[in-house]
Amino acid sequence: MNWITNSVLPRIKALVQPKEIPDNFWVKCKGCNEMLFHRQLEENLQVCPRCDYHMPLSCKNRLKALFDDGSYEEIPLKDGTNLDPLKFRDKRKYLDRIKEARSKTGLQDAISLACGRVHGLEIIIAVFSFEFMGGSMGSAVGNAIIKSAELAINKNAPLVIFPSSGGARMQEGILSLMQLPRTIIATQMIKQAELPFIVVLTNPTTGGVTASFAMLGDIHIAEPGAIIGFAGKRVIEETIHEKLPDGFQSAEYLLDHGMVDLVIRRHDLPKTLSTLLCLLMNKDIGSSSLTGE
Amino acid sequence: MFLEFEKQIAELEGKIEELRHLSDGGDLNIAAEITRLQKKANQQLKVTYKKLSPWQKVQVARHPNRPHFKDVRKSLFSGFIPLSGDRYFGEDKAVVAGIGKFKGQSVVIIGTEKGDSTEERIESNFGMARPEGYRKAQRLMDIANQFNLPVLTFIDTAGAYPGIGAEERGQAEAIARTIETSLSIRVPSIAVILGEGGSGGAVALATANQVLMLEHAIYSVISPEGCASILWRSSNHAVEAANALKLTAQDLHALRIIDNIIEEPLGAAHRDHSITMDNLEKAIETSLANLCRQSRDQLLDNRRKKFLDMHAGKLI
Ligand SMILES: [Zn+2]
Repeated sequence: MNWITNSVLPRIKALVQPKEIPDNFWVKCKGCNEMLFHRQLEENLQVCPRCDYHMPLSCKNRLKALFDDGSYEEIPLKDGTNLDPLKFRDKRKYLDRIKEARSKTGLQDAISLACGRVHGLEIIIAVFSFEFMGGSMGSAVGNAIIKSAELAINKNAPLVIFPSSGGARMQEGILSLMQLPRTIIATQMIKQAELPFIVVLTNPTTGGVTASFAMLGDIHIAEPGAIIGFAGKRVIEETIHEKLPDGFQSAEYLLDHGMVDLVIRRHDLPKTLSTLLCLLMNKDIGSSSLTGE
Repeated sequence: MFLEFEKQIAELEGKIEELRHLSDGGDLNIAAEITRLQKKANQQLKVTYKKLSPWQKVQVARHPNRPHFKDVRKSLFSGFIPLSGDRYFGEDKAVVAGIGKFKGQSVVIIGTEKGDSTEERIESNFGMARPEGYRKAQRLMDIANQFNLPVLTFIDTAGAYPGIGAEERGQAEAIARTIETSLSIRVPSIAVILGEGGSGGAVALATANQVLMLEHAIYSVISPEGCASILWRSSNHAVEAANALKLTAQDLHALRIIDNIIEEPLGAAHRDHSITMDNLEKAIETSLANLCRQSRDQLLDNRRKKFLDMHAGKLI
C-alpha cells in the first residue's frame, strides 16, 4: 500500500485507542501489503487469508495448533548455570541480553520442548523462538536438542523439530560452533533408536542450524515462503557481486533443488505429520489419525 | 611482507639489509654491527610474538607466506596420491584429499588449500570449499573407515564458500553430513588448524578425536569482522570482537576445545616453514600413537563423548 497505511494509520489508531487494542490492531501483510486484523490473523495461525503468506507464529500458538485439543505437556529446560563462560560483551553484556530476552519472551532460551499427541500419536516436539536472540543456537539450545532426543527414545516416540534461527549464538564464541557436532550426535542417537526424526523448517533457518541437525532429518518439511540456507543473502551478494535469483533460498526454491521433501501449509501440518509418522512407523493411519480436518 | 605491528622489526631488518649491501662481507665493523642488529631484531620478534593480541594473531594466521596445506602434504607424507571428485557433481580444489604414508603408516589426508600464487589462490577458491569439497571429504572418510586407516585433516579456511551454486547444491547439508560422517567413523582422527579455522566450514573437518592448533592459528564461530558488523554494527570494531570471541589457540586450549598447541618458530610459522613442519610432524606422531592404543569402538565413543561435553555448563 502507501505511506498512509504504513505510518499514519497505526499512529491514528494509537491516538484513538491508546491501550488495550488487540482486537482491531492492524498488521500489514508482507506478502500482499494488505492491512489485516490482528485477531483475524491469530485465528488463522498468522497466515494471511488473502495471499497465504506465513507470518511468524509464537511457540505457544504453534504448539497449541499442533497438538490434539491444543493440550500438551511442557518440558522445562535445565537451568543454565555458567551460561557465559567467555564473559562475552559487545556493546552490552551477553548475560544482560539473555535477561532481556527472557523477560521479553517469557522463555528460558530460544527453544521450547513439548510432549503430546498429534491425531492420537505421541510426539516429542522442539520449537525454536526467533524472537529470543534471533533463535540463535548456544549451549542451552544444544542441551535442549539432546534432551529432546533422549525423551523421544525414552518414550519410544518420534521427534519433530521446528527450527527458526539466524544460526550459532556468537556470544558463546566457539562453544556455539560446538553445538553443530553436539546436535548432530542427538540425531545419531535418535536414528540408532530407529525412531523417526522430522524437521519442519520455518522462516528463517540459516547458518549453523542448517549446517547441523536441521539438514539431517529423515524427512524435511518447509513452511511456504520460509527462507532456508547456509549463508545469509547479504553475505552472498557481497561475495559474488551479483543479484540473487528470484525466490532464492525460499522453501519452494529448496524444493526445486532437492533439499526438502515437502512444502506444507501451516494448517495442514498436524495431519501431514501424523500421517507421515504413522507410515514411517507402520502404524494404522486410521487409528491414530482419528479426526481429519 | 611485514605486518602492521612489526614496524620496529621491519626497520631493523631494513638496516641490516642496507649494511649487507654496503659491506659485501669485507668490513669487520659492519659485520659486527649486523650481528648486533640481528640480535636486536630477534629479541624484538621474541617479545612481540610472545604477547600478540587476538587481533594480531588474526593477521598472523592470514599471513600470505604462512605454510599452507600444500607445504604439509609435501613435508609430512610420502607417496601421497590425491583423489578427486564427490561422485555427484564435481571436483572442488579448495579441498585436497588423498592417501599417503605418514611414518610408514597409510593415512587418509584431507585439507583446505589456500594456495600460494595468484593462480593457485583462484584455482582453490581462496580456500573456501563448496559442497563438492565436503562431499569428497565424506567419501575419503568412508574409505578410511573401510580400510581402517587414520584420518588426518588440516584446516585453513575463512569459511565455506557463500555462493549461489553452493547454496543450490546444499552447502548446509554438505557440512552437516561431513560432521555426521566424522562422528561415525571408527578410526583415529586428528585435525590440525593451520591458519584460519572459519566457522562451519572449519568444524566440518575438525570434529576429530584430537584437535591440534598451531600456536598463532585462530578458530572461531565467525570472523571478527563479521561479528563486529553484526554486534557492534560496524566492522571497525573487529579488534574488540577478536578479543571477545576467544579465538586464539591459547584461549581455546584453556576452554578445552582443542587438545594441544603446536609451537611455532621465532616470529611465527611464515618465517620458517621447515621448523613449523618438524613441530607439526612430532605433534601428529605423538597424537597418533596415543589414539592407536584405543579400540575402534573406543575411538568412536570417546570422540562422541568429547563433543557432547562441549557446552557452557561443563566449563569453569
Ligand atoms: Zn497477504
